Amino acid sequence: MKILKEILWPLVAVVAAFIVGGIVIFVLGDDPIEAYRLLLSSSFGSLRDVGWMLHYATPLIFTGLAVAVALRCGLLNIGAEGQLYVAAFAAAWVGIKFGGTIVTVGTDHQNWSWASLPAILLVPMCIAAAIIAGAVWGGIPGVLKAKFGSHEVINTIMLNFIGIALVSYFTQYYYKIPGDPILQTAPIGDNATIPLLSSFIPGLPADVPLNVAFLLAILACIAVYIFLWKTKWGYELRAVGQNPSAAEYGGISPKKQIILAMTISGALAGMVGIGEVLGTRHNFYNGFSAEWGFLGIAVALLGRNHPLGVFVAALFFGVLLRGQIFVDAFTSKVSKDLGWVLQAIIILFVACLQKYSRK
Amino acid sequence: MGEIFTLALLFSSLRLATPLIFAALGGLFSERSGVINIALEGLMLAGAFTAAVVTYQVGDPYIGVVAGVAAGAFLAFIYAVACIKFEADQVVAGMAINFLMIGLPALISGAIYDSSGSTPQIDKVLQLPDFYNRISIATIVALALVPICWWIMYKTPFGLRIRATGENPDAAETAGVNVIRLRYIAVTISGVLAGLGGAYLSIGQSSLFTRNMTAGRGFIALAALILAKWRPVPVLGACLFFGLTEALSIQIQGASWARIGGEEIPVQFIQIIPYLLTIIVLAGFIGLSRAPKALGIPYSKED
Repeated sequence: MKILKEILWPLVAVVAAFIVGGIVIFVLGDDPIEAYRLLLSSSFGSLRDVGWMLHYATPLIFTGLAVAVALRCGLLNIGAEGQLYVAAFAAAWVGIKFGGTIVTVGTDHQNWSWASLPAILLVPMCIAAAIIAGAVWGGIPGVLKAKFGSHEVINTIMLNFIGIALVSYFTQYYYKIPGDPILQTAPIGDNATIPLLSSFIPGLPADVPLNVAFLLAILACIAVYIFLWKTKWGYELRAVGQNPSAAEYGGISPKKQIILAMTISGALAGMVGIGEVLGTRHNFYNGFSAEWGFLGIAVALLGRNHPLGVFVAALFFGVLLRGQIFVDAFTSKVSKDLGWVLQAIIILFVACLQKYSRK
Repeated sequence: MGEIFTLALLFSSLRLATPLIFAALGGLFSERSGVINIALEGLMLAGAFTAAVVTYQVGDPYIGVVAGVAAGAFLAFIYAVACIKFEADQVVAGMAINFLMIGLPALISGAIYDSSGSTPQIDKVLQLPDFYNRISIATIVALALVPICWWIMYKTPFGLRIRATGENPDAAETAGVNVIRLRYIAVTISGVLAGLGGAYLSIGQSSLFTRNMTAGRGFIALAALILAKWRPVPVLGACLFFGLTEALSIQIQGASWARIGGEEIPVQFIQIIPYLLTIIVLAGFIGLSRAPKALGIPYSKED
């Protein structure tokens, strides 16, 4: 019964959003049934479709977990976007500096790296860089909240802008190949890359960018579950989220838990950088995230801040992101922005229904 | 360095501060009544999109402005229903409004004009007029609104009720204020003003609506509001300052004089000033910045 109750309200929100979205599609002059058929079915036709859908879902699993951990402590992290930017840049930086990257400018070959390390060292270093950078960028608003009581929502918004501006600065002035019109870094060394899943799974086409990061995302779900429900720190974190003053009375320091929650949240958001930099792009591209940090809020809310729920919700959004491309291509009026509208309405309904789901 | 601070820069700052002033004053009403307004960005986009479309279709910028204001007010009312009636988390509902306004204008303009990136360009004569080719009529209105908002907030019973509601809704209700109704009005006013700011962006500063054209201005307006400690006259100062930083960062791009001792000043360093300042002010390093006490807390009579 409990699980049914947990699923009921998110489901109501999704159905209600689809009804409103359907009216919008109808008013725009298309057939809602056909649009939704395209939206929901284009992720399941073949192994390729499933692979793409899981690829779209991967960053959302990380950001959904990030937002969920913070929310369990009563904090809203809208800074996942900045955290994943800073983290992706950090991963690329290590991949360049220790990956033996040689940049060719005209006829001049410049060695941009300090060392050329083997994959067994370099990949863990890049992953650690992403996690640490995300943790730091998430930890800052945690410290500001704990020390000065300043609101984490405002600070994370501000740190989004600051983080994105800073990595754009470093990319533009120090790590862009001279003459490259695109704001992106030089490529990371070959030893810093992680394999695509198509090299293990027979039948999965090699052009599907789904990579090892998806497996890391599953591991992250399990790790977050164990942390929140099977460890003392996780218990204390949730206690602060449920009732800070009662937790403090019980001997838990809310300040410590606030910093811990935001740091872990930032680290999880930062893990988005692993799949994007080491798995698919093999460099840092300024503008690589399609607002994943913000979509993480929707994923966490829909997943009821539970790792399993986050996983399922991220897959659902993966379906939407995959499907909206097909809706765009095969309907006459509806563009791929339908996905944004549906996501927005889902978030709004989930937020409005929360009052009832608590009862 | 001398020639950086020219008259042109002053006018450029004023022009860029104008949408911020509208939106921040809008946020002032909402937040002073106790409702957080992260949705300013989306409300501005609603105003910008509707003003551009209606001006293009009808051929009159003032009807466009009215339509933009109406769209901002309508969307703010929906936001108010979510926050007040359903007691939704105000930040989450606000983000939903922002998301909606990234997607919905693109979806509509894609269906009507077959172009989801932008609306068709309006004629130059249909743009909101400038005086002496320098100062927009919208800038004059924005500047005039500052003392008007100050007067409403501090010299009228309505303003007193708003402030009381944001500080202590229970006491206000006991004193005869209809807290729920007042918050609906305050949030809707924020939609009116943010919609006005958005309309100026699309048919004043520009001649069409482009996808997500506010580019974070709603959040800058929010930052200005916090920096101004939720007071109307300092809001003007904060918005002018943020307008100046934006004007500077536009001028610096590619300009040879943006150097100190031979070193180029990266534009990113100027862009982050408003955000950095907000964090510093919030942490209490520059005087104490105290939000209205009841900010973000839904009000229900039974409790």
